[in-house]
Amino acid sequence: MSDTDPGPIVLTAEQIKRRKARSLAIALVLVSFIVIVYLVTVVKLGPGILNRSL
Amino acid sequence: MRHRLISLGTPMSLVSDHTPPAPAISMATAGDYFALMKPRVMSLVVFTALVGIVLAPAGQHPLIAAVALLLIAVGAGASGALNMWYDADIDQVMVRTRGRPIPAGKITRGEAFAFGITLSVGATLFLGLFTNWLAAGLLGFTIFFYVAIYTMWLKRKTEQNIVIGGAAGAFPPMVGYAAMTGTISIEGIVLFIVIFMWTPPHFWALALLKERDYGDAGVPMMPNASGSNKTRQQIVIYTAIYLATTFLPVIAGFAGLLYLVGNLVLSGLFGLATWRVFQRRDGEAGETAAKQLFAFSILQLFLVFTLLLAEAGFGLRFAIPGFGT
Repeated sequence: MSDTDPGPIVLTAEQIKRRKARSLAIALVLVSFIVIVYLVTVVKLGPGILNRSL
Repeated sequence: MRHRLISLGTPMSLVSDHTPPAPAISMATAGDYFALMKPRVMSLVVFTALVGIVLAPAGQHPLIAAVALLLIAVGAGASGALNMWYDADIDQVMVRTRGRPIPAGKITRGEAFAFGITLSVGATLFLGLFTNWLAAGLLGFTIFFYVAIYTMWLKRKTEQNIVIGGAAGAFPPMVGYAAMTGTISIEGIVLFIVIFMWTPPHFWALALLKERDYGDAGVPMMPNASGSNKTRQQIVIYTAIYLATTFLPVIAGFAGLLYLVGNLVLSGLFGLATWRVFQRRDGEAGETAAKQLFAFSILQLFLVFTLLLAEAGFGLRFAIPGFGT
């Protein structure tokens, strides 16, 4: 490590808290998106969803 | 976590002088990203698109209708984010917009651009996959029109910016209707005309209040480009045309007696508010009149669409003799 290297960034408690909140929001959006795609697929396929060759 | 600052070019040479340095480590909250989507504008888009959906003949599953509405809202929010990305320089100058996430230093321009583009592409693609490609094309065109035609081209070039640019805000009912039917109908076209003609008096009332703000930012709104007297004349002319267009749903046969009576009252009140703006030109009285017209114009459009919603969605459409509803 050179003398000018500031070293690893240490986040403050507030920065960690906000990052966690952003991560949670992204997780919520992603889960909602998955649920929406699943439900739309079921609705669009209708009864035909069970009609597939095994 | 270190945030890489993305340089995406600047819309004007003076931008870099005004855009604040973004923090190396993001302190943005989910709420800041939501604010980037212009939630108040989005709410009007959602409501007008909902009316377009309700006016469409039944056929689509309610879940598909709800998801289509959500995707239209996301598309509107995405265009809001892209507008803030491009306009960060003037938002920094104007008092009204100084608190937005980019000028406030909470979100970088690059982050706003990435957020806006991702949501634009996502909303358009999934609207196409879930409903049809006509609706997706209309949504994509709406975003393009708002960002490229209005924000990047017209807004800083001509005092007619919001007259032409208002088309972007007028598309949502057409998109909603198209999502349900796969067609463009007379209902969608009429509602487009109504919102299109509503935009100039609504925005010019705001521009009268924020004349200095727009002037400082170098945005050629009608009051600072041609004077407040000409603006007041234009508000009267456009209000007259707008109020006439609000009767088109009756003529086109998709609004009934409740709408007609309600709209007569609302038109009278809108006309009165406009007349006050025309007459009271100076001082506090002039400012109050402009403020009242701006606020009432939002309420009036909301109520016009509420009347349509009540008639189409709750079976309150009663026939008007001679109009065949």
